Amino acid sequence: MSIDMSQFHQVFFEESFEGLDIMESGLLNLDMGDVDDEDINTIFRAAHSIKGGSGTFGFSAVADFTHVMETLLDEMRDGRRQVTQQAVDVLLGSVDCLKEMLTAIQDEQAINESHVSEYQKALEVELNGGGGEDVAAVQNDAVEVSVESSSSPVAQENDEKGWRIAFSPHADLLKTGNDPVRMFRELSGLGELTATVDFQGVPGFYDLDPEDCHLSWNLEVVGNFPESEVNEIFDWVEDECDLAIQTLTESGDTENNDAPIEQQAEEQSKEQTPVPAKVEAKAEPADKVLPAAKPATAKKEVAKPPAGKGSGSIRVDTSKIDTLINMVGELVITQSMLSLVGEHFELNKLDQLKNGLSQLERHTRELQESVMNIRMLPISFVFSRFPRLVHDLSSKLDKKIELVLVGENTEVDKTVVELLSDPLVHLVRNSLDHGIEMPADRVAAGKPEMGTITLEAYHRGGNIVIEVKDDGKGLDKDMLRTKAIEKGLIDEETVLTDKQIYELIFMAGFSTAEQLSDISGRGVGMDVVRRNIQSLGGNIEIISELGKGSTIAIHLPLTLAILDGQSIAVGDERFIIPLGAIIESINIKESMLNRVAGRGETFRLRDEYLPIVRMHEIFDVKTAQATKLTDGLVVVVEGQGLRCGLFIDDLLGQQQVVIKSLEANYRKVEGVSGATILGDGSVALILDIPGLVRLSNQ
Amino acid sequence: MTEEAENIETEVIEEVKLDNMLQFLSFTLGDEEYGVDILRVQEIRSWEPVSRIPNVPSYEKGVVNLRGAIVPIIDLRERFGLGYLQYSPLTVVVVLQIQTEEGRTRVMGVVVDAVSDVIDVNKKSIQNAPNFGTKVSTEFINGLASVNERMVMLLDVEKLLKLDSLDDEYENN
Repeated sequence: MSIDMSQFHQVFFEESFEGLDIMESGLLNLDMGDVDDEDINTIFRAAHSIKGGSGTFGFSAVADFTHVMETLLDEMRDGRRQVTQQAVDVLLGSVDCLKEMLTAIQDEQAINESHVSEYQKALEVELNGGGGEDVAAVQNDAVEVSVESSSSPVAQENDEKGWRIAFSPHADLLKTGNDPVRMFRELSGLGELTATVDFQGVPGFYDLDPEDCHLSWNLEVVGNFPESEVNEIFDWVEDECDLAIQTLTESGDTENNDAPIEQQAEEQSKEQTPVPAKVEAKAEPADKVLPAAKPATAKKEVAKPPAGKGSGSIRVDTSKIDTLINMVGELVITQSMLSLVGEHFELNKLDQLKNGLSQLERHTRELQESVMNIRMLPISFVFSRFPRLVHDLSSKLDKKIELVLVGENTEVDKTVVELLSDPLVHLVRNSLDHGIEMPADRVAAGKPEMGTITLEAYHRGGNIVIEVKDDGKGLDKDMLRTKAIEKGLIDEETVLTDKQIYELIFMAGFSTAEQLSDISGRGVGMDVVRRNIQSLGGNIEIISELGKGSTIAIHLPLTLAILDGQSIAVGDERFIIPLGAIIESINIKESMLNRVAGRGETFRLRDEYLPIVRMHEIFDVKTAQATKLTDGLVVVVEGQGLRCGLFIDDLLGQQQVVIKSLEANYRKVEGVSGATILGDGSVALILDIPGLVRLSNQ
Repeated sequence: MTEEAENIETEVIEEVKLDNMLQFLSFTLGDEEYGVDILRVQEIRSWEPVSRIPNVPSYEKGVVNLRGAIVPIIDLRERFGLGYLQYSPLTVVVVLQIQTEEGRTRVMGVVVDAVSDVIDVNKKSIQNAPNFGTKVSTEFINGLASVNERMVMLLDVEKLLKLDSLDDEYENN
């Protein structure tokens, strides 16, 4: 029976990556002093399913690697091993390594063998070395550990040369999806496998049910490994078979195999460090492990996996789908009602028709909302990577930092979630590196030694707001100003408001870090962050107080696919202004108009002078009806902190519009953020307010 | 024996010939006849009003709604500097598509005077486009083919649809 396994690969990868995330967050949450069994169990289970899956799909490298991790976790779970910071660090490094391996397999690239074996070695050292630090620190502990390990399978290995397994599965083994061949394959991975099949159970041809398993096996695996490894292979089928495992030496009839077994055992023991040596060698490899883990994490930050390839699938809460199905049901009912009305239409049914139409409208709207809802993911998808980042960086920088996540369940569009993660990583790193001071400085400044970084997400209006807040040293306005003058970004005479000074850090080539580090400070980045956020249709703002900390707030539209728009007319062309950008619409009176330097037109709105952007001029609309400012309308709009008045012919109406990309088949057009299709099937352009302002300034 | 061998040989030659045959959709712009690879043609539509895009070259007529997708329309006459012709109900838009490097399909409509024929052209009979120096832009012409004594200019659809190069040109102007 051969099934094309590759069709399940994607699912396997997704599940594995999810499992890795679980492991990672589990490991980070482990509290050294007081380890919760359930936490370890969760991590163990994740590792176990990754191992099982990768074995099934024949990714033996991953399975082998995970197996070592699993053994380590298993010992922790059973309380045979202490959970030490060092072990956790090694495991965290291994999670990274696994992630790398899986990504490599997914991209059909070769696995970085040296990297993998590095971690595997680190894991094995940890595994064989017992509780690492404890032993080095306290002699008594060391004794305890070695006593422990002598009772553990690791110590027994020298006495054993293999296992004899009597495996007779129950008839329905195959029906539960287990395949003995797969288990044998795993067994043969442990050592030399000899299998004899017992055909006795097979019934006559007429009684034979091809879906039942009638065979039983006698297996002999020659090799140097603990019984637990054998047990693990049969873990999945424990309840569905009769299993008896003996050592080869225990059973009498091994004369034939004796010679080769011994030979092999000798060879193997040469390869592996003998047990007594291990205890002494512990301290040294333990030191080695940490440096091995660190450069890898650093490397990971530099060499990012090819970005932009967001996963094309999405996991949806079943309840959301149920709502959708209900909605479609209602829609169908409305439709049949309407067609009934339409079949023999008489004027007295007009009310029914109107009724039906309004129902239809309501259902369509609800349906649209629920479909949009499917694309919504909780922001925790982005936030969940930060505990690890903060953990790694803070230990690297010797800072004490606590990360607080607030509002992780705030939902936001999938596209936004995917594109948000890079800018946020950058901001958090900045806060870590530049924001939070060293513990000593903090104490000197009268602040708690432990710095706090808060990531908070919440909805406000049609926007989602994400704040990165730290209680560090804040931005030094004077220093920013001096730096900017030094770099020639502004003149010495320029008078800047606080807001404008903070905006400086978004300029390309601006870095205030005295020293470049590999974490941040190269002055590239903040400008990219801002550009990314703007490309999502959002904006970013900074609030900071010297000595108290800074808050960087990102405002983003909830969804990128649908927008509340105001359609406007300029000549015979239609445009859409995002409703959120409109402050008000006014008729201009001659008295409100002013000219700056003879040409720039401004008008006074209450106490503010705002520039006027003539739509028909910058978009070159020849058919515009109003060319005198007092004839048309001025729509006051705001985008990225810039306000201006758009001079148009007329306001048409408000409607929800579906945003279509212009770039898919065409290209980016200055002053236009996208297009939409109006009710009559024609295309209208959606205006990009900041872009328009830029355009009018040219 | 020999006869049989010859037969087989001619058959082989026939097959090779079939492999070498390309099909083009030919259309006219003024007096000139052009062809595009028929596999690049998605559909042929009649002209319908477009939504203008501001601040672009005049040959980029605008965008239309093609079953929910926003598709740009280009006037090939103007693109090739052949002058402007009033659009009539007979004016035709040939919708072309290409695969981009990222594997997406990119669709664009080109306005032509009239579609004339589907022509078979032997690969080997395609001549290189003559070099007119700077006088006439031949950058979109892949080669020339002769069909029934008429010359057909075969267009490079990929280049035609790559608007980025148009961008540069526009900015340089």
